[in-house]
Amino acid sequence: MRLIDLGDEALAGVASRPMRTALTMLGTFIGITTLVITLGVAATAANQIAGRFDAVTATGITVTMPAGSSPDAAPVVSWNGLADLVRLNGVHAAAAISEANADSNLVVRANELHDPNTVTDRSLPVVSATAGLPQVVNATVAQGRFFDDGHVKRHDRVAVLGATAAKLLGITRVDDQPAVFVNDQAFTVIGILASSGLDLDHGLDVSVILPYPTATDQLRMGQPTKVLIRTDLGAAPLIAKQAPIALSPDDHDQLQVQAPPDPTTLRGGVEHDTNGLFVVLGLVSLVVGAIGIANVTLVTVMERIGEIGLRRALGARRRHIAAQFLVESGTVGLIGGVIGTSAGIIAVVVISALNDWTPVLDMSLAAGAPVAGALVGLLAGLYPALRAARMEPVEALRSGT
Amino acid sequence: MTDLVIRLAGVSRVFPAEPPVRALTEVHLDVVRGEYVSIVGASGSGKSTLLNTLGLLDRPTSGSYQLDGVETAGLSDGERTALRGSRIGFVFQSFHLLSYRTVTDNVAMAELYRRADRATRLERANQALERVGLGHRKGFRPDRLSGGERQRVAIARALFGGPALLLCDEPTGNLDRVTTSGVLDLFDELSAQGVTLVVITHDEQVSLRAQRRVRIEDGRLWEETRCA
Repeated sequence: MRLIDLGDEALAGVASRPMRTALTMLGTFIGITTLVITLGVAATAANQIAGRFDAVTATGITVTMPAGSSPDAAPVVSWNGLADLVRLNGVHAAAAISEANADSNLVVRANELHDPNTVTDRSLPVVSATAGLPQVVNATVAQGRFFDDGHVKRHDRVAVLGATAAKLLGITRVDDQPAVFVNDQAFTVIGILASSGLDLDHGLDVSVILPYPTATDQLRMGQPTKVLIRTDLGAAPLIAKQAPIALSPDDHDQLQVQAPPDPTTLRGGVEHDTNGLFVVLGLVSLVVGAIGIANVTLVTVMERIGEIGLRRALGARRRHIAAQFLVESGTVGLIGGVIGTSAGIIAVVVISALNDWTPVLDMSLAAGAPVAGALVGLLAGLYPALRAARMEPVEALRSGT
Repeated sequence: MTDLVIRLAGVSRVFPAEPPVRALTEVHLDVVRGEYVSIVGASGSGKSTLLNTLGLLDRPTSGSYQLDGVETAGLSDGERTALRGSRIGFVFQSFHLLSYRTVTDNVAMAELYRRADRATRLERANQALERVGLGHRKGFRPDRLSGGERQRVAIARALFGGPALLLCDEPTGNLDRVTTSGVLDLFDELSAQGVTLVVITHDEQVSLRAQRRVRIEDGRLWEETRCA
């Protein structure tokens, strides 16, 4: 028997009872629709959420140097090493910073006045940095300015304060060129950062920030301890892989990279949370649909005993009979799956339109859902098809008309 | 040796029961190609068992059955099915037409399980319909035909593909006098064209139309000579 004949016979069988076929596929239809809507809306919503994350946080990378190296040891990453990093396609800006060791916290005060009633000596984190830092951490300068390459080259003794650090030190304006003393070394405050932004390093808010040559000269602060990178949108996963090699070709294994979660992972996580219940609902209706198909196919087999006998008399083998009923039930499942997938996709698009979302359609979902429907139909048809194939032709011819 | 389509030699069929039912006992029957044979008997005489045996729908308990020169005793279920599909055309009392398919489709169905040219199948099915005088009913569904016409469709289906044997089981059992004679006239025509016909019936009138009559009683066959 040719496959095309098998298809013809099965289709004729399905088409001969259109109303029954329509009702039979209802269960599969509802199940597949539920599944597609659930997965589709979840993917769309998750994409929406992830999209918002992307724009803000998904572009920052922090590379941390191994701790414990002394200031005199050969640096893992030198201050000039950034040039190789900024060259990479996808790097928007980068800056290196060195944080003073916590156990050698530096004493910072605002002036030489010794007032016994107030605490003038503060123990504040002191950070040395390259000039491009504000751009990398999304910081804005509230007053004055950040130091630039000129300050760095000239080893100028200038400082920029975080907003909270400035408040603690009692410095409210920079136009009168106030000074801060770090370990009794004087620095001119040229700028105060705003407290917003700073998403890569919130610690900068309470820090005193110095140009790195000055910090090395005056305070013996060491080599960079961190490199902060701002990437272009979507480039973070790639740069996270490339950055250590660019920074330290010899010792890139020692560098620790903190990259934002991959948007797809994030999306997966969101889907996982919202989907569970509805997927179970969809599966339950699929099972109900399968039981429906099994029942109706069984009834159909019993109604068509005569036909089975006739086909056996015409030379059909048992497997021909089984294949015909399997293809019939599979077709019912497939049609239910196709209509269900279409309805589900339309629903996802409508829901997206109402919410002003971009509908996200997973191609494998659109292709896989009808296949799932067909599989449900095949599974459901298994038992009735075997029943039909097991019938003896003599009995079938006698009892059927 | 003459060209035998059917050769039954010492065929018995016993149904296991208490006591065992001997439906066929030591049956011998030779049918030559082109012969028109009727097998007549009352109900319970073993007619149906003989039909099922001849039609390869049932296996004899003992004895040898050669169909169109092929010994069937040792064949597997699948081989018997293939042989049945290619060598035997069945005509049933209740027609066994599929009501949801056209007449042409019903006829063409005979070739589904054989190797044959698919492109010309419907055309040849229509030719088969014309052969039984139903050229004007090609696109109809069986439920719009009379009983006699339905049986003609069934005969066209049985003839389709040129089987070695046309095996008819009470072909006129559901028909009235007039249509019965129409169908019997068709059998005469087919016989004249060289088709080998075996008609199993309880109706003496029907059996009288055959060239050769075989009576079955209690599972044994008796050849009847025609008193002309």
